[in-house]
Amino acid sequence: MNDVLVRLTVNGRAVERTVPARRSLADLLREDLRLTGTHVGCEHGVCGACTVLVDGRTARSCLLFAGQLDGAQITTVEGLTPADGPSALQAAFRECHALQCGFCTAGLLATAHELLAETAAPTREEIREAIAGNLCMCTGYVNIVRAIELAAGRMRRP
Amino acid sequence: MKPAPFEYVRARTLDEALAALDADSKILAGGQSLVPMLNMRLVRPARLVDINAVPGLEGVRARPDGGLDVGALTRHSDLLTAPLVKERAPLLAAAAAHVGHRAIRNRGTVGGSLAHADPAAELPAALLALDATAVIAAPGGRRRVPLVGFFVGLLTTALAPDEILVGVEIPDARRAAWGFREIARRAGDFAIAGVAAVVRGDDGRCTDARLVAIGAGDRPLRLGAAEAALVGAELSSALPARAAATTGEDCRPPDDVHASAEYRTHLVSVLTEQVVREALGRLAP
Repeated sequence: MNDVLVRLTVNGRAVERTVPARRSLADLLREDLRLTGTHVGCEHGVCGACTVLVDGRTARSCLLFAGQLDGAQITTVEGLTPADGPSALQAAFRECHALQCGFCTAGLLATAHELLAETAAPTREEIREAIAGNLCMCTGYVNIVRAIELAAGRMRRP
Repeated sequence: MKPAPFEYVRARTLDEALAALDADSKILAGGQSLVPMLNMRLVRPARLVDINAVPGLEGVRARPDGGLDVGALTRHSDLLTAPLVKERAPLLAAAAAHVGHRAIRNRGTVGGSLAHADPAAELPAALLALDATAVIAAPGGRRRVPLVGFFVGLLTTALAPDEILVGVEIPDARRAAWGFREIARRAGDFAIAGVAAVVRGDDGRCTDARLVAIGAGDRPLRLGAAEAALVGAELSSALPARAAATTGEDCRPPDDVHASAEYRTHLVSVLTEQVVREALGRLAP
């Protein structure tokens, strides 16, 4: 067991911490940085709740050790939220009732963010495929798919 | 669900990584299979040797012979987007598309999938069908092991505890046709069963066939009887069914909560017919 010095950027802010080797990125975010928007569900990579962006690509924060991420750029749901109010995706989630308890929402927003950054006009099938790794026990997914479609449309015609 | 304590070593060079390995160490690459096992305490290594910062292990490069060199740290996502893979080994991209979900594919590595050697995993089967060779760094130098001798049992490979898989060499498959199918309960799950096929033909005859079943034994499994039914045969629409009729001879599938051995054996036969038809359809006329 050793401690690891890690310097990384979280939501644009430089962070330097010495953490136990086994500290997950999810726990660094929640416990050390108090960024509790990232939720921890299954802790073995199945539920998708803890999904964040690492260097712009989605990753399960429960399957990464903080000590591995020296030099990485991390974006959490807090970083995906503009200072002046919800993002297009967040607004669409609210309007479409794409969340109920909200536990899965941060992970879904990160996943949808990556999808829309690469595919401006995804088909419904592509959206379903993209979010297949994010479990939601409330909504039945239909409204989540609608929200991502709505946001994609608005982001194409701002 | 936290891992037991371990010592973390961030290796900067291959030699540093090799020096840090011992019988109680594990290599950390993408971590997408290892970290769940750590979190559930199914494995409790004393030391994790992180090879992510080791230069030269990432990416897909063209080989002069028309094949590909795939670095061990190449992520599944990169297989899906690399033009070289599409050009020279599209089977690899088709197989990678079935690995987990996007967030898993962004981190998970080719080398990790091979070294983990899950018999239900896609890449080991696809790479075995492509007749790839593992390139292994050992303290005394490098050695090459054809994948057919690399997978030696359930989650077990020819890698010694002090060795590191650094990449795979894929021979020229530009004129080969391929097929890939799997059945999983949900997109992103491990397959209940699957089959990868690489078929070559010349002058109306099948000249070479490599069929590998997923989830059909303790390792990715060559379907030798089906291959024998194809090689030398005249290319015809009857071939897929003829190959499929023989697959029961080679299958040794597990019987578990996800599917019975009988059902898996049936699936391998059905999928063999489909992938052989798919491959024959791709063979240049």
